[in-house]
Amino acid sequence: MTPQLLVTIAVFAPLVAAMIAGLSGRRIGNLASQAITTGALFLSCAIAWTTFHGVIWGDWPAKFTVHLLPFINIGDFQSNWSIRIDTLSAVMLVVVTSVSSLVHLYSWGYMAEDPSKPRFFAYLSLFTFAMLALVTAADFMQLFFGWEGVGLASYLLIGFWFHKPSANAASIKAFVVNRVGDFGFALGIMTVYWMFGTIQFAEIFPHVAEFADKGWFFAGHWFHAVDLACALLFVGAMGKSAQFFLHTWLPDAMEGPTPVSALIHAATMVTAGVYMLCLLSPMFEYAPITKNIITVIGAITALFAATVGLAQNDIKRVIAYSTCSQLGYMFFAAGVGAYQAAMFHLFTHAFFKALLFLGAGSVIHGMHHEQDMRKYGALAKLLPVTFIAMTIGTLAITGLGFPPLELGFAGFYSKDTIIEAAFAAGRANPTALFAWVIGVLVAGLTSFYSWRLAFFTFNGKARWGHDDHHVRDAQADHAHGGGVHDETHDEPLADDAHGVHGHDDHGHGHDHKPHESPWVMLVPLIVLSIGAVFAGFVFVDYFVGHGQVEFWRGAIYNAPTNHVLHEAHEVPELVKYSPLIASILGLAIAVWVYLIKGNERLGAALAARNGPLYVFFYNKWFFDELYQATFVRLTKFLGDLFWKGGDQKLIDGFGPDGVSAASYAIGRRTGRLQSGYLYHYAFVMLIGVAGLLLFALVKFR
Amino acid sequence: MTGLLSLTTFAPLVGVAVLLAVRALQGDNAKTDNLAKWIALATTLVTLALSVVLVAQFDAKNPGFQFVEDAAWFAGLHYRMGVDGISILFVLLTAFLLPICVIASWKSIDKRIVEYMICFLVLETLVVGVFCALDLILFYLFFEGGLVPMFLIIGIWGGKRRVYAAYKVFLYTLLGSVLMLAAILSMIAIAHTSSIPELMHYRFAPWLQTWLWLAFFASFAVKMPMWPVHTWLPDAHVEAPTAGSVILAGILLKMGGYGSLRFSLPMFPNASELFQPLVFALSAIAIVYTSLVAFRQTDIKKLIAYSSVAHMGFVTMGIFSGNVQGEQGAIFQMLSHGLISGALFLCVGVVYDRMHTREIAFYGGLTNRMPWYAATFMLFTMGNVGLPGTSGFVGEILTMTGTYQASTWTALVATMGVILSAVYALNLYRRVMFGDIVNPDLKTITDLDKREILIFAPLIIGTLVLGIYPNLIFNLTASSVDGLVGAWRAAVGG
Repeated sequence: MTPQLLVTIAVFAPLVAAMIAGLSGRRIGNLASQAITTGALFLSCAIAWTTFHGVIWGDWPAKFTVHLLPFINIGDFQSNWSIRIDTLSAVMLVVVTSVSSLVHLYSWGYMAEDPSKPRFFAYLSLFTFAMLALVTAADFMQLFFGWEGVGLASYLLIGFWFHKPSANAASIKAFVVNRVGDFGFALGIMTVYWMFGTIQFAEIFPHVAEFADKGWFFAGHWFHAVDLACALLFVGAMGKSAQFFLHTWLPDAMEGPTPVSALIHAATMVTAGVYMLCLLSPMFEYAPITKNIITVIGAITALFAATVGLAQNDIKRVIAYSTCSQLGYMFFAAGVGAYQAAMFHLFTHAFFKALLFLGAGSVIHGMHHEQDMRKYGALAKLLPVTFIAMTIGTLAITGLGFPPLELGFAGFYSKDTIIEAAFAAGRANPTALFAWVIGVLVAGLTSFYSWRLAFFTFNGKARWGHDDHHVRDAQADHAHGGGVHDETHDEPLADDAHGVHGHDDHGHGHDHKPHESPWVMLVPLIVLSIGAVFAGFVFVDYFVGHGQVEFWRGAIYNAPTNHVLHEAHEVPELVKYSPLIASILGLAIAVWVYLIKGNERLGAALAARNGPLYVFFYNKWFFDELYQATFVRLTKFLGDLFWKGGDQKLIDGFGPDGVSAASYAIGRRTGRLQSGYLYHYAFVMLIGVAGLLLFALVKFR
Repeated sequence: MTGLLSLTTFAPLVGVAVLLAVRALQGDNAKTDNLAKWIALATTLVTLALSVVLVAQFDAKNPGFQFVEDAAWFAGLHYRMGVDGISILFVLLTAFLLPICVIASWKSIDKRIVEYMICFLVLETLVVGVFCALDLILFYLFFEGGLVPMFLIIGIWGGKRRVYAAYKVFLYTLLGSVLMLAAILSMIAIAHTSSIPELMHYRFAPWLQTWLWLAFFASFAVKMPMWPVHTWLPDAHVEAPTAGSVILAGILLKMGGYGSLRFSLPMFPNASELFQPLVFALSAIAIVYTSLVAFRQTDIKKLIAYSSVAHMGFVTMGIFSGNVQGEQGAIFQMLSHGLISGALFLCVGVVYDRMHTREIAFYGGLTNRMPWYAATFMLFTMGNVGLPGTSGFVGEILTMTGTYQASTWTALVATMGVILSAVYALNLYRRVMFGDIVNPDLKTITDLDKREILIFAPLIIGTLVLGIYPNLIFNLTASSVDGLVGAWRAAVGG
């Protein structure tokens, strides 16, 4: 079969499977739905690895595009349904299909008790299709299709347990916050279109340099053309990849089933923003201001999420914040120009983060859907495979390795490259240096919270089996963004219900002894563990090392002045050791607090002593409360104002109702319409806004 | 083939004649009522078939009017009919939605069924006539005539406050009509012709264009409806029976947009350029304002009605953007909105027929008992939100892209609509569909039956096919729109 046909099958197999399982799942039964979707995914995965090999080392063309069907063709606005393959998309194909197929398999076990399995597997496969459409797009329209398509699948899967109010709230939040990002993305696409007269990547990229010094008039101001386009597109990436300001949806997305968290909210969808930056590197390389913005946002995200991760008690939320933080690394890597390093971290992170999530899922499954780590402890012996797998995942994320031999777990290679690149770029750019400082600091924080999670769960005293009845209230208070949590102690086990975090509310027996998961769940863990150990070691040379030019073959663009990847290899020894030292420091503190001191007393004391800071971290820097108090309230207020004040009182009052009232009242009292109420002011304001807009339009056209 | 257009336009009246004959023969009884439904359905299906033949024989490469008929009428007036790439689509949309309306009314209408069906058939003739008329007077007759059956549908088969709603519709429309009639008469007096193709090449003096544009705009803005003359629409929708809402949202609102494309842009190009900022401002306000209002609604139908106003904001914005992306987007958005909002009103009808309330608070957890309904409603909710892959996306992105070139400010504000539409639409879906069933009345609610699946199937297919392959439409409209934009550009010297 030709490469073209093969990749077409790889992209569409999940869609076909999703349609079969979704539309006739109840007719063909659970087992058939699971088998079809999982089978399709393994087929896609096999083709993806073939493609990866074929494009990079084999006899396939290094780049090719399969044109399937025209999409929107109006004037210069030409877009097509197509499959664009190069090294970049091949890497993404491998990541997406590998994790997805393992997650499908894992879900056989995890979702065994769920009554609507066909729907679940259909959504998973649908997601995979949308993600594949995203990574193989050859123009902005298909990219946007995939972009919003994965958003839809994410919305459906977060809200999969639709009878849980918290899950419904979280799903809407995810969709809406992503839409805020897409608002920027859409404006970015429009800007690109009118700037370049095309939305095809292949036609835009060669011409970016011509716009390097040009200006662009937008919303009444002149901007540097490429910077403006890239900044708007970056807003989209911020939404999808949960970067600072638009991150609030990701932790709440943990309301979805855990396999979903592993696939969508760790390994694939949330990395779409990083993929976009790398794909559009020919544009971003000419957008110096935007690159600095990306660096700062990425660094702040890395720090913010890590600090919040320190204080969370829900096992999935810790990993969610960890994901957010690692995405921050990838962003500032791209910001300093080391796109290859960003992609490398995306690649390794997919393995170890999916591993951590699926491991957490195995623990949650074994603990009968308890997600509060304060109710774990001493699970190492009861869940031995999960314990080993999660330990490997933790070693990988903390980036443990031995620099003199260049030998270590996956995260060691990718994260250290990013930190070194930031340092290298920092010689000329203070923003990058800022990112480097944060990168090293966060390496320590990452190590602490990751080991805290591991020790909390697997070591220490068993803290489960105390209470014999689950609190079945599924309403997690987080999801509403309301109610500030005033509790200041994380460790003590309270018997009241304040630690209830969105149970996966489906039936299970009353045997409360933790148990190891079935083999369908353990096999994916083992496979991902292998990835977490070797993905860095095997691929480091290709992604960021000496073989990188041959590997990427132009799929990522570096401006002629950008040598950051090369310079990253020649940083001082101390810089090379810095993340490792930070990481070991974090480990040491975690060992001391949670192993040696036996974890209960000291953690509580630490939390109490650092009261305000702890509350600040525990409540996620109060972002939910802030947004609730501003955007949500403003939306409701304006909605009511326009409806009751604008439509009912003003327009109807002066319009039809007023006319009838006036004709009725003529002869008795005129002037009844003048009431002097607040809405008159609102009316004046409205007219003023209309007038201003009108003025702006006339003036700044 | 000459006469095909008139045949398509007046075919529904044949059905009306048959209906009247049957009732005269059989009297007013259940048997007649039942037969009336079948006759109406057959008539609308024949009309659909005729319009499909029309599209099949249409030459997409020809930018001018086709199937032209011209006959002297009286007092120097002419009966002129013809379609171009733009209007033929609205003929098709009308013919496509009418059978769905008839099936949707199959069980929910239980009084005066013969009259009800007659109203719909007459309405079909008048609306198709609007899109085919090539003579000003003829156009005006069809355009205003369409109000009468709609008025009756709301006033007779409507809900509790139907009189208020009908009155409101009447008052608003009256204002626009009077001005438009005055403009039409002065145009004929000045240009000495009432032929639309000729008037499209007649150049009115700029000052005159300004007044004529405003007069037409008054009528079209009410019909669309644009902010701030939109408040009749939510009331009309809430009171109208389901099929009435489908026609109202699906077709009647489009007459304003179609009118702008047919009259304002080609006949008053300089005025259109002059007033472009006004239209942009009103459109941008409409998108944000009505989306916010939609978010706070407690009645499902009212929410969807407000969302209609917001979506029509994209249309007006696109029409006056003056480039192909904007125009094509506006036309596409009108068609897509016809399918999606029509389908959403049908979705409301499904639960209204079962529970006889449209209060959002009454519902909740319907997904538990109505999985097929949940999937259908989800699809159209996503279409409403403008998700790529549904037809809703194509129109929105193109109108925004087109507007961007003319005014980045407007595009910026309008793009906020994509956030707000997600807010209100997903919140509606959640409150109606998700959660557990708490209301005991809902414990026995049933999923879609075969008749309802039959209603939704064509709309689902249409929404998805046009979302994935919109060129089906653009291939038909391309040359007419190119001609329109070219002429406009030439006239304003841009």
